[in-house]
Amino acid sequence: MIELSGVTKVFNPGRAGEVTAVAAADLTVAAGEFVSLIGPSGCGKSTLLRLIADLVPPSSGTVTVAGKPAARARRDRDYGMVFQKAGLFDWRTVRRNVELPLELRGTGRSERHARAAEMLELVGLSEFASHYPAQLSGGMQQRVSIARALADAPPLLLMDEPFGALDEMTRERLQGELLRICAATGTTVVFVTHSIDEAVFLSGRVAVMSARPGRITDVIDVDLGERTEAVRQAPEYFGYVTAVRQALRGPAAAVPEQAGPAESAPAVRAEK
Amino acid sequence: MKVLAPVVVGLTALGLWELFVRAGNVASYVLPAPSAIYRELAEDPDIIGKAGLASGTNALIGLIAGVVVALAAALVASRFGALGEISAPVVAAMNALPIIALAPILNNMFESTSSIPRRAVVALVVFFPVFLNTLRGLQRVDPTHQELMDSYAAGPWAFNRHVRLPGALPFFFTGLRQASSLAVIAAVVSEYFGGLQDGLGSRITSAAANTAYPRAWAFVVGACVLGLIFYVCALLIERFSTPWKTV
Repeated sequence: MIELSGVTKVFNPGRAGEVTAVAAADLTVAAGEFVSLIGPSGCGKSTLLRLIADLVPPSSGTVTVAGKPAARARRDRDYGMVFQKAGLFDWRTVRRNVELPLELRGTGRSERHARAAEMLELVGLSEFASHYPAQLSGGMQQRVSIARALADAPPLLLMDEPFGALDEMTRERLQGELLRICAATGTTVVFVTHSIDEAVFLSGRVAVMSARPGRITDVIDVDLGERTEAVRQAPEYFGYVTAVRQALRGPAAAVPEQAGPAESAPAVRAEK
Repeated sequence: MKVLAPVVVGLTALGLWELFVRAGNVASYVLPAPSAIYRELAEDPDIIGKAGLASGTNALIGLIAGVVVALAAALVASRFGALGEISAPVVAAMNALPIIALAPILNNMFESTSSIPRRAVVALVVFFPVFLNTLRGLQRVDPTHQELMDSYAAGPWAFNRHVRLPGALPFFFTGLRQASSLAVIAAVVSEYFGGLQDGLGSRITSAAANTAYPRAWAFVVGACVLGLIFYVCALLIERFSTPWKTV
């Protein structure tokens, strides 16, 4: 679904504010996978997501999405994007917000209505269809933005810290919902977060990044089977959390043998 | 309570005013009693109505013309980034000029029976708040909205239609609300400087010149009512056009 090879992004090249946001990143994401990008603030994880989305052009390297160059994939609307801020249009009702991508595509009115109703059902907000965003809580707004991103039925969902501004309770509920929705639709997800718990609970793989220059230092496979709420208490879960934490602390600390208290210590596979 | 409180305050103020004038034997050229002003109003409501209609027509035509020009100018200025940045401070500076002072000059440009100079003054006065507010709204785009539309590979036309224009609407209405009150003030005051003698402003000056002070005040009341009508209409249009603001 996604292939990054040697992707580098330098902002303000040759000027005083030159920053290498992403350095020589290689990453492959298969269809149906859920991959998280985790790292400290300013490690370039959001930039990496925007490189995949073709919202930012790479300085070098190639980005392939759905078997085509990223720019082409964007024009073909091969992905839906969810941002940290819900980014709903205040002046549109919830239903019309969800309809936006369909409207831009020129989909007919009755089909738009049907599709929006289906999406709102999926995120459990059917009864709020004719409300305005200002009438909804932050968590509900974010669910609307997920429904909007999926309205077009894109094969890929790109999420930039979508639950970052929400309280812990809402966050955990939405994580469960997101997994359920992705399983139901078979959507591939790339998920940017700075929460270790969130990355481990949601992902099949966690790509760990380090800052200045931003590079992918580890990719950790997370094998926790079906994600039920019970998983959050499982010893294996804490084992992976520890593994990711150690990977985040840097190569010196990330010794695979010390991967936490869990019996089945997860394999930490260094990419480089 | 929301209606009752201001009504009670208003009536109490009128009562105190009446009491003050009667008890203090205040001369009518200083301040006529509300009852005297009311008698003038009741005696010949038609004249006030006609004068109000004349001033109101000038204010409305000037308002519409000014708003249309201001909207067009704001769209052009926001379309060309540099132009918007240069024009905003220049227009803000011009806004500080007492435009009403142009009325006598404009009066001399046209025949004495023409309504054009007064409408032109209104249009000029109205232009600034509408232009400045609308431009600010058009220039302000939520970065998330920008990225979202980019992710849809939306063209400039779709971007304007779905993001920029609806986003600027509340700003435009803020400008329109200010403009609606200013339009009436400009229409009435510009009549003070000669020209056609059919509006509230010219009635106020002629009544005052004839020492008919309660009468002058009656026309002032008419101007207040006219200003309120304009303001309330602008407010209603705003409520109707931006329903998401009032939920």
